[in-house]
Formats: sequence, C-alpha cells, structure tokens
Amino acid sequence: MAKKLMKGCEALGEAAIQAGCLHFFGYPITPQTEVPEYLSRRLPEVGGVYVQAESEVAASNMIYGCAAAGVRVFTSSSSPGISLMAEAVSYMAGSQLPVVIVNIVRGGPGLGGILPAQSDYWQATRGIGHGDFRVIVLAPSTVQEAADLMIEAFDLADQYRNPVMIIGDGIIGQMMEPVEFKKREKKQLPEKIWAASGAKGRAANKIHSLFLDPVKLEQHNIFLKKKYDEVEKNEQRFELYNTEKPYDLLIVAYGTMARICKTSIALLQEENISIGLARPISLYPYPYKAIQEAARKAKQVLVVELSMGQMIDDVRLAVEGQRPVHFYGRSGGMVPSPEEVCRELKRILAQKT
Amino acid sequence: MEAIFSRPKAMSSTITHYCPGCTHGIIHRLIGELLDEYNLKEKTVGVAPVGCAVLAYNYLDVDFIEAAHGRAPAVATGVKRGRPDLFVFTYQGDGDLASIGMGEIIHAANRGEKISVVFVNNAIYGMTGGQMAPTTLPQQVTSTCPQGRDVQTAGFPIRMAELLSSLQTDSFIARVSSHSPRNVIEAKKVLKRAFGYQVSGRCFTLVEFLSTCPTNWGLPPKKATEWLEQNMIPYYPLGIFKTPEEGKVK
Repeated sequence: MAKKLMKGCEALGEAAIQAGCLHFFGYPITPQTEVPEYLSRRLPEVGGVYVQAESEVAASNMIYGCAAAGVRVFTSSSSPGISLMAEAVSYMAGSQLPVVIVNIVRGGPGLGGILPAQSDYWQATRGIGHGDFRVIVLAPSTVQEAADLMIEAFDLADQYRNPVMIIGDGIIGQMMEPVEFKKREKKQLPEKIWAASGAKGRAANKIHSLFLDPVKLEQHNIFLKKKYDEVEKNEQRFELYNTEKPYDLLIVAYGTMARICKTSIALLQEENISIGLARPISLYPYPYKAIQEAARKAKQVLVVELSMGQMIDDVRLAVEGQRPVHFYGRSGGMVPSPEEVCRELKRILAQKT
Repeated sequence: MEAIFSRPKAMSSTITHYCPGCTHGIIHRLIGELLDEYNLKEKTVGVAPVGCAVLAYNYLDVDFIEAAHGRAPAVATGVKRGRPDLFVFTYQGDGDLASIGMGEIIHAANRGEKISVVFVNNAIYGMTGGQMAPTTLPQQVTSTCPQGRDVQTAGFPIRMAELLSSLQTDSFIARVSSHSPRNVIEAKKVLKRAFGYQVSGRCFTLVEFLSTCPTNWGLPPKKATEWLEQNMIPYYPLGIFKTPEEGKVK
C-alpha cells in the first residue's frame, strides 16, 4: 500500500483492520474520538462491527465478551475513560483475554484538560486496575510507529493471552503524518481453544477470574507472574539515539516528548554538546537493562516527560543510584519546545556534579 | 427400562451451593431443559453475574463467561456481536441487574441486542448476606434497612419488567414466578417463548423470575413461598409486558 497522510487516531483504526480486527466497541472522548468516528464508517465497508457503547464501563465489558468468544477486538479511549475501563481490564487480565486498548492520554487529574499529556504512565504500567497483574504497554512516537505497534499489539495479545495497551499522548492521536501499511507475514499464534464459543465436541469452557479457594488463586497468581516474566524476557523494546559516540548526558523520554528531545539534541550538536537519548517503546516491560547501560556511559541522566515526573521512577530503578537523575517536565497539556529542553540541558550541564 | 425423568444434558452433575428453599436451582433447571429442547448446548454461551448465581457456570454444562457485577448485558453484547450464530444468555440477580447494572441492561435492551436475560428478583442481596436491593419491598426489613425500607429515603422498589417495556425498541419482556409448581410450569412456557425469539434472531428478550430467599428473609421455605405470593406478586404483577408482535401489552 502506498503512503497516505493520516491522523494518528485514524491510522490506529486502520491498523486494527489491517491486523484482522473487525470488531470495535467504544465511547467518544476527546482527543481520541476520531478512532470511533473512523471505524464507524470504515468497519461496515469491510464487514466489521462497530458498536457505540453507553459508557466506557460498558465498552470495556463488551470487548471482554467479544474476546472471550475468541474474536479479535479493541477499544479506544482517553484518560478519564480508561479509569472507567479499569474494572474490565482487571477481569480480562485475570481471565487471560487478548484485547487491545488504546489510550490517547490527556491532562489530569479528574476531568483535567483535553491537550496532550503523559500523566497516565503510572496507571498504565502498574496494571491499571485492582489485583496482581500487568498489561503490555507500547508507546509510539510517530504516526507510522503507532500503526506498526497497533498491528503488533494484536499478535502480542494473542500470544500471551493478555491485554495490550497502546499509549500515545494527544499529539500522537491528533497529528497527521504519512503512513504506510506494509504487507506483513502472518504470525504463527496459538489456537484459541480456550474461547467461550459453543462447546461443540469438547468440554465446556469457562472464562472467569474467580478462585474462591486461596490455594488455587495463589497458583493462578504464580502462573500469571511466570507469564509476565516471559513478557519481560522477550518483549522489551527501545530506541537509542545519538549514543554511538561519547555523550555527557543521557535523556530518557518516550512518545512525542522523545521526538522533541531529538530536535534539542540536534540543536546542541551545533554547539558541540553531545547528548544521548534512550527512548523506551515498551513501557511495560520496561527496558531497565538498556537504560542502565546507556546511563552508565553518561555522567548524568535527564528524564523529560509531559507530566510532573512518573517514568522517572523506572529510570531510577534502572540507574540504581549510579548516576544523578534529573527531571524536567511540563504538564496540563503544555508541551515544551526543543529550545526549552536545550535550556534545561545547559543548566544541568553547567552545574558541578 | 425407559428413563422418564433425568438431568438435562445442558446441566452438570454438580450439587449446587444454593440454600434449601431457594429457587435458583429450579430456574437453572428450566434453562437446562430449554437448551436441550432447542438443541442449543453446543452453541450456547452463558454469562454469569456477581451474586448468589456467580457459580452458575459450574451448574450449567455450556460455555460460560463470568462477568463483573452488573456488566453481564455488556459482556453478552460483545459475545453476540462477535458471534451472532451463538445463543447468548445472561443470568442476573436484582442487585446485579437493577442496581449496579442498570445502565448496561437498559442500553442492551434499547439497542435490541439479540440476547436472552434471565432476571432473578428475590427482593434482597443474597450472597453478601441480606442487604437492601433496589427491589426490596416498602417496609421490608433487611440488614441495611433494619427498620424496614423507607421509601422517603430509599425510593420505591423498581419494577424492571415495566421499566424495560417502556422502551420503543422491539423486545419480549415478561414476569413469571418460581414459587409453586403451577407457576414453574407457566414460567417454562414463557422462557421457551423468550429463547425462541433469540433463536429466530427476532429481538431482545428478558424474563423476570420472582424468587424466594428463605435464608435472608429469615423464613422457612414454605413460609417464604407464601410471603412471595402475598407480598411480591401484588407489587410485581405476573404476565407478559411486551412482545415484538404487539408492542407494549401491559
């Protein structure tokens, strides 16, 4: 397919279709409403099903049912809506259902604002809902990457029987960029023999997260932990930028913020200041080792986020106190310019360490 | 020897956890018998509630999904839209359907989801031990209205069958009771009609069953059936409220 200029939200919707997902249940909320809008006209064209739910609570439970029946399905929302979906995400993780959830993050807390933010990092990477579980979280920094990760998300969900979240700040959802949907090889995935799809010629399947016997619930928790260990071993994704030559400072940033930081790095390059960048793509599993190794090559680390400092917790865990970790962030929908980040970098570099 | 009575094929040979005198077991059996009669065992997905029937998936031998409290109609919507060829039913109590799940049931009915809802109304929360339900009768004593339900602060009990019948979308809505053999026989006929509408892809269907809860009502089983007849039926009249052919009939 040729390159096409698309809004991030529309590219996510089209990518789902390209991934063979023909079922969408959602609820409008800014700044992701273009996902349901796009799919409400596109899905009927390809024989798919679009349902506008009465709430995010209902939408997330609809994808629970659809996934339980063995059908590829996804939903999309933004921060306050994701909070409402937390209940079903916990049930889906507990009953091991493959679903994809898009969160186009807006500022918070509460109703917050409608402009880009990265303030749902904690929520996304610490499981979203109640109980001991993990959601695979992928954070694109371009519209093309959003489309690519979206397609991959469905395979990951099926492979690990686990919810996968695509997390993008509002800019990823709203920005228009050229996208190409490349032909890809179909991945070998396990058959959904566990699905509640009519017990024909087999024992009945029961999809549930209830284990009244504590011995069985603990066994279930241990089983899930083993799965997450596998995810952590196999699915860490990150990009290193400008780290081939020596650098004084390492920036850690993701999503749109990482992109802005790349411009800052180029600007400082002209002044012979060398800065490296580590961009986590999988926020869970977090690429701790890669961040640690990249940090060790620098004297200090700066975490830049569209929040008051959330991912910095993981960077500190990665760095293990071996380097000073600074933070710079804007929030509430404010997005720093590359020059603003440059000023902060210079300020830190001028300090005696 | 010819067997003249046996367990329906769609039921497991598990002993239920229900209290003596509770009618969940009877209602389960009606579902089992009808799944056999319509030959649906291999294409059915049930959705279990949170409440006393949370373990319904252990008693009916068909594919099952355990939903979060009140969300069964949304879960069933997901199954049916994903696999319209399947027979999909939810089984929900009064707290599940008429309190926490009020939004989900109204919108599933209003969208005309081609699912069947078995709604069990025993006017109390069973599993948590006898608290006030949205269907608890005025002055009825429960552990969270020890002086009796005060309609000035708790409002009146909600008549779900009537409320859902007021929607314009085609549906089949009825209320039956499970407290006597005669009522059970009638209930089966009504539930059979409801399931039939789903089998033919016609409309949303809901059958409300009045049911007893001797344990949490604090009554012996026989007294409980009398209490249901004397107190619940006058407030919750039995009958068919809406059909896809005639619209609202009651």
